[in-house]
Amino acid sequence: MSSLLIKGASLLGTTTADVLVEDGVIGFVGRAASASERVETAETVVDADGLVLLPGLVDLHTHLREPGREDAETVRTGSEAAAAGGYTSVLAMANTNPVTDTAEAAERVLDLGRAAGIVDVQPVGAVTKALEGQELAELGLMARSRAKVRVFSDDGKCVADARVMRRALEYVKAFGGVISQHSQDPSLAPHAACCHEGPISGELGLPGWPGVAEEVIVARDVMLARHTGSRVHVAHVSTAGSVEVVRWAKAQGIDVTAEVTPHHLLLTTDLLRGYDPTFKVNPPLRPQEDVEALRTALADGTIDAVATDHAPHARHDKEHAFVDAAFGMLGLETALSVVATVMGEQMDWSRIADVMSVNPARIAGLDGHGRAIAEGQPANLALIDPSASYVVDRNASLSLSRNNPWHGRTVTGRVVGTWLRGQRTFG
Amino acid sequence: MTEPDVNGDEGRVVLDDADIARALTRISHEILERNKGAENLVLLGLHTRGVPLARRIAAGIAEVEGTPVPTGSLDVTMYRDDLRSHPTRAPHKTEIPAGGIDGRIVVLVDDVLYSGRTIRAALDAISDLGRPSAVRLAVLVDRGHRELPIRADHVGKNLPTARSEKVRVRLAETDGADAVTITGGTE
Amino acid sequence: MKKHLLSIDDVTADDIAALFETAAEMHDVQRREVKKLPALRGRTIINLFFEDSTRTRSSFEIAGKWLSADVINLSAKGSSTSKGESLRDTVLTVTAMGIDGLVMRHSASGAAHQVAQWLDVPVINAGDGMHEHPTQALLDAYTLTRHLGTLEGKHVAIIGDLTHSRVFRSNIKSLAKLGARVTVVAPPTLMPSGVGPWSARAGFATSYDLDGVLAGEYGPVDAVMMLRVQKERMSGGYFPTAREYTVGYGLTRGRLAMLQPGTPILHPGPMNRGLEISPDAADAADSLILDQVSAGVAVRMAVLYHLLAGEETGA
Repeated sequence: MSSLLIKGASLLGTTTADVLVEDGVIGFVGRAASASERVETAETVVDADGLVLLPGLVDLHTHLREPGREDAETVRTGSEAAAAGGYTSVLAMANTNPVTDTAEAAERVLDLGRAAGIVDVQPVGAVTKALEGQELAELGLMARSRAKVRVFSDDGKCVADARVMRRALEYVKAFGGVISQHSQDPSLAPHAACCHEGPISGELGLPGWPGVAEEVIVARDVMLARHTGSRVHVAHVSTAGSVEVVRWAKAQGIDVTAEVTPHHLLLTTDLLRGYDPTFKVNPPLRPQEDVEALRTALADGTIDAVATDHAPHARHDKEHAFVDAAFGMLGLETALSVVATVMGEQMDWSRIADVMSVNPARIAGLDGHGRAIAEGQPANLALIDPSASYVVDRNASLSLSRNNPWHGRTVTGRVVGTWLRGQRTFG
Repeated sequence: MTEPDVNGDEGRVVLDDADIARALTRISHEILERNKGAENLVLLGLHTRGVPLARRIAAGIAEVEGTPVPTGSLDVTMYRDDLRSHPTRAPHKTEIPAGGIDGRIVVLVDDVLYSGRTIRAALDAISDLGRPSAVRLAVLVDRGHRELPIRADHVGKNLPTARSEKVRVRLAETDGADAVTITGGTE
Repeated sequence: MKKHLLSIDDVTADDIAALFETAAEMHDVQRREVKKLPALRGRTIINLFFEDSTRTRSSFEIAGKWLSADVINLSAKGSSTSKGESLRDTVLTVTAMGIDGLVMRHSASGAAHQVAQWLDVPVINAGDGMHEHPTQALLDAYTLTRHLGTLEGKHVAIIGDLTHSRVFRSNIKSLAKLGARVTVVAPPTLMPSGVGPWSARAGFATSYDLDGVLAGEYGPVDAVMMLRVQKERMSGGYFPTAREYTVGYGLTRGRLAMLQPGTPILHPGPMNRGLEISPDAADAADSLILDQVSAGVAVRMAVLYHLLAGEETGA
């Protein structure tokens, strides 16, 4: 049997222990002295003194671009970037070309992920056919397929019609599915909207994307979730107002979960002065007040998870005037470092594991991920050096794309190893 | 064209205020002699010091003939052949007297004649402004070293110089006093 | 002067004064029989217009040609995204032919700033989306200066669709640099987002009440600038009907009578006669609208001369 010993890591930043992995499963957790010869004969030994061991991270929101835009990213390159960021599973959004709105398309993405074998790629199914927002896609068939789709999203676009959203929320109850909503009312924030509506959009002459366009959809959807007795997930929350709605809804016992991106925890609207499309993202970067509210909400549990919304783009899709450039930023490789740097004082490693592994796995229904580091559990692990500082270099990325908003920033907390069922996928 | 003196060195005076006055009087008479009177004359001074010189010559002519001579200024900045080797310079005013220059005898007035390029530029500027019947040139100082086939019709003083020397013209209207000095020398 | 003219931020008050002096000389050229100065002979300028505009483009074309430059007009229709070619590729292809200056108009705010980063040659912004139109603001200020003398302490009212106006955004900056005081007037739906903090920081006043402003509630008005209102804004729901806009915010005959005689009226054109400006006002003795057009050529000649004639100073 293949065996791996991770020696002396701090498990979730608390107890220091050795972890023995045998055939992809955690065989022993404890101090080596009390172990048997299994430990002494481990094939691979990793000295993890001073390092933190977390359950492998799970990303609820990634764009892998394959099929359709393999020039920007493939399932393989996206997986490599994910593993470099400590991820052992990613949910691949459905806005590929063709759209993942059938069982066959979902299985195709699943198979691409398995062929690469670096992270568990879990396909997300579209809510509506071709993401047009009109008719439900074959949600049930996608759920029954080998891909076992549970999370459905039209991300990129909002399911704007209230009736369609209601039907979707009702329908997925049959198989424990959840709708992840990109909240953007198109009549308040149309496609051209690209800069938080406020003094900066006024001065720069950029079409405004008001926070209320997100908040009215979040408010509507939590009421629909209550009405239908279903659950809803809010993708990339970006405003203080949305946080208030989610907090209220949870207090009412409504089954709502929410995610926030690393960039919305730090980057603000003023980065758009200079019109650099690297900072063009949907929803847009918001003012400092919103950033503070999101951090507080992540720390207090109102927001359940960090999700990257990793959105690779070929260079030529960004080399346009700001209004014409593609929306999106890279995020897989830097997510843990950013969260550790920004939230390190408010959240310990155990809490960071909650929001980046345990909760996302639970929301997505992924049984093999986000587990405790304990005997019998699958060995999906990420090893972190908590004090390593580095300067982000966009050219050193494993992604095919380079639209990286963190280039040149110093962050603290670095992934040094990732294992998928005991197989080393990074480091 | 007068070159500014970088070192602040006063140099030696080659024309004092009395010399300048006599030279300008003589030039006024020469112009009248050549033209057989003041009829049809237009004086155009080249910025900067050509302008007050033109006015003084016009005053001198008016004193002798009793008639005023139309006088104006000509800016040649846009016509220079060395625009691209310097930072952009703002142009000065071009003021053509009422009556224009078509069919007139235009006398260009400048302080120093050197390479001749300024005058070449002035001739191009004039040809865009109209068609004089003749163009003549009056200068206070001719220091030689022509780079183009240009000559002055009326010269205040011929001043052979070395290229390393600088000729500086000062006038009361622009500098507070009249004097022509030479600075620098063999290196 | 800076290498590019992308925004009024690129010129100091001294630069503006130098441009106005040069423009005054250039203005004389318009009256000559030989409308040519050789200052830009042998230089090639490309007018790259991604957005239609006959008037601005021909103004730049005449300005370049009167300076003896070779001027080439190129229209790039639509956003380059629709053809799959990036903006960068489009611009580099055009300039690879070896040009000395680029005059660019684009429907996207900030396009000129991005293009300037990709090119070696000076870039002149002829209008980028809703962001800025620096030569328009310069010619507006030049026209006002010729009529009012110094603009220091003068009060200028700007009225119209501010949200979508690059003329407003550039004028706010240039008038401030020249020491003028500005009050802007628009219905609430056409005030730019975040105008409260912005106006407090930049020192201009805002009002929804045009009659109040013209009556002197913010001090006597020394000049009035009307901005074009696009009728398409009605379908966007910004105001209910043209008639209602005119009654509330148009320079009607009645409002014209409220102005002191000699108060200049400006409009960047093209005008919607009867909508934001009545025919009486457009043709009034104090209307400087045609002066703006002739000033436009002179000011653009000055800009082209200062940016392209001398040796490159970088920045």
